[in-house]
Amino acid sequence: MSFALTADREQKLAELLTRYSTKMAACIPLLHLCQEQNGWVSPDVVDFVARKLDLPPAHVQGVVTFYSLFNQKPVGKHQVWVCRTLPCALRGAGAVLHQCEKKLGIHAGETTSDGKITLRTAECLASCGTAPMMQVDQDYFENLTTAKVDEILDRLRK
Amino acid sequence: MIKRTEFLSKVYGLANGHSLDVYEREVAGYATARNVLTSMTPQQVVDEAKKANLRGRGGAGFPMGVKWSFMRPHPTKPSYLVINADEGEPGTHKDRTIMEWNPHSVIEGCIIGCYAIGAHVAYIYVRDELHLSKARLWGAIAEAKAKGYLGATPFGKAYPVEVYVHTGAGAYICGEETALINSLEGKRGEPRLKPPFPAQAGVYGCPTTVNNLETIAAVPSAFRMGCDEFSKLSALHAINDGGFRLYGINGHVKKPGVVELGVGPTLNELIYDIGGGVTGDRKVMCVIPGGSSTPVLRPEETVDAPDEKSPLHAWHGKSVFDVPLGVDTMRGVGTMLGTCCITVLAEGTCPVLAMHNLMQFYRHESCGQCTPCREGGAWLLRTVDKLLDNNATMQELDQLHDIANNIMGNTICAFGEGTAMPALGFLKKFRPEFEAYVRGERNRKDATLTPS
Repeated sequence: MSFALTADREQKLAELLTRYSTKMAACIPLLHLCQEQNGWVSPDVVDFVARKLDLPPAHVQGVVTFYSLFNQKPVGKHQVWVCRTLPCALRGAGAVLHQCEKKLGIHAGETTSDGKITLRTAECLASCGTAPMMQVDQDYFENLTTAKVDEILDRLRK
Repeated sequence: MIKRTEFLSKVYGLANGHSLDVYEREVAGYATARNVLTSMTPQQVVDEAKKANLRGRGGAGFPMGVKWSFMRPHPTKPSYLVINADEGEPGTHKDRTIMEWNPHSVIEGCIIGCYAIGAHVAYIYVRDELHLSKARLWGAIAEAKAKGYLGATPFGKAYPVEVYVHTGAGAYICGEETALINSLEGKRGEPRLKPPFPAQAGVYGCPTTVNNLETIAAVPSAFRMGCDEFSKLSALHAINDGGFRLYGINGHVKKPGVVELGVGPTLNELIYDIGGGVTGDRKVMCVIPGGSSTPVLRPEETVDAPDEKSPLHAWHGKSVFDVPLGVDTMRGVGTMLGTCCITVLAEGTCPVLAMHNLMQFYRHESCGQCTPCREGGAWLLRTVDKLLDNNATMQELDQLHDIANNIMGNTICAFGEGTAMPALGFLKKFRPEFEAYVRGERNRKDATLTPS
């Protein structure tokens, strides 16, 4: 089945293209737009973006594999990213990740069996002064304790 | 010397502090851009900017005014201003505060910057994870546009300026300016060979200046008070390192956070006066002075500058923790100021485990273009991993130095140095701890990053 953007996202794309001198420059923003709708960047999405921007599909595929935020396979409804890099690790990121894994019954990199939550580790998310932290979808949760982690995950699973 | 200032941070924490109303009310926002555009020529702006001694806040510390002066108008091509807000250096958390709490300083800085270098479009490259930052910047752009500060005739002057937010998609390397430009053009974020430098061929092959977000946000303040006065806010004004900066404190301190100070506090002042001391009242084991790519400093280290002409001579024999933090002073003590956010590691932390954590980061974030960095980073990580398992020999420990030294200088961009320098820093300054793993006197099970 071929991929198509919803009407409002098509409009966003038209606006996007006015910002740049080349169509190629809209590649990453358009991939974000597609992933927002589709959940991941499927082969159909790659073809769609290539056609829209007059690019070889190989170029688009190259971009997709370079950036860690583009999902190359389906993921859960919610994305949980736990920062694991040193400044967070010094303030207990290890315990935060452990708590997430225990609570969700999965390891980092996996999705819960009900398809609700994908748990991953992230490299530094620029929140070192409020460590440890995790990102849930678009929101940052900072100065975490295991109790706070429980509360956040409980809310997410409802 | 600690000198608190409030140029950027005055609106932090105020109700609606990020709005145009508050920005105009509290710090006379946009009056400076109006004044610059309506009363100065671009050349005058660049000349004035040089007096600020504003060293790039992204890590390399290149003087902003000098960088602006590299821009030459091209007969057919437009020029671009690109703002680097791909904040992702481990231990760095300053730019986010500006975007979230004072986005208008960035927009006003962009207007002045565009005018100075002859650009009509500025792109602010923000890492995609920072959703609130992006929303605040777009909000600020919309407000400024509605008032006529951006668009075809900012402040009534026929000098069109547009500002756009562009996002990445999760790649630390896009903080390197040429990788950022590739990413902005819709490509894989792989750094380019220099020359040509961005000032000759940047975005779409056109003349481009890339400034760090904190650098451009400081521009309105510098021009408001006069760039010479701005420079004098710094304790290191005499060695051309001027103004105020945002200092970040994180890791094992009681009060982590971000604080705005005149350039030149010491590590001891940041840890004890600002950070409230070390967690659990432990001693400091070491400090990473400006993001994970900068080699660690230990409190026992002293300054060795017997030559009276050395800029560090005044601190000869003193602890490196008592030297004012500046671009050149940190270079003088064998490390770098970097992004100016310090990470404190308390006694009891395992330095081998800390290095292992950072090597995981560099292994993950290498773009893979250059063999020494791609393979070397992975090799460093594998060897430290073996070491933690008590499976490495003394020869392999020595080999870590060779691997790191063979990355250095052999790659397209500075990411290679960014991997090798902190690795060598840990290896040289914690040799006994590394050897203890070879001899089986320490093991991974007892190693911790969170000494209680």
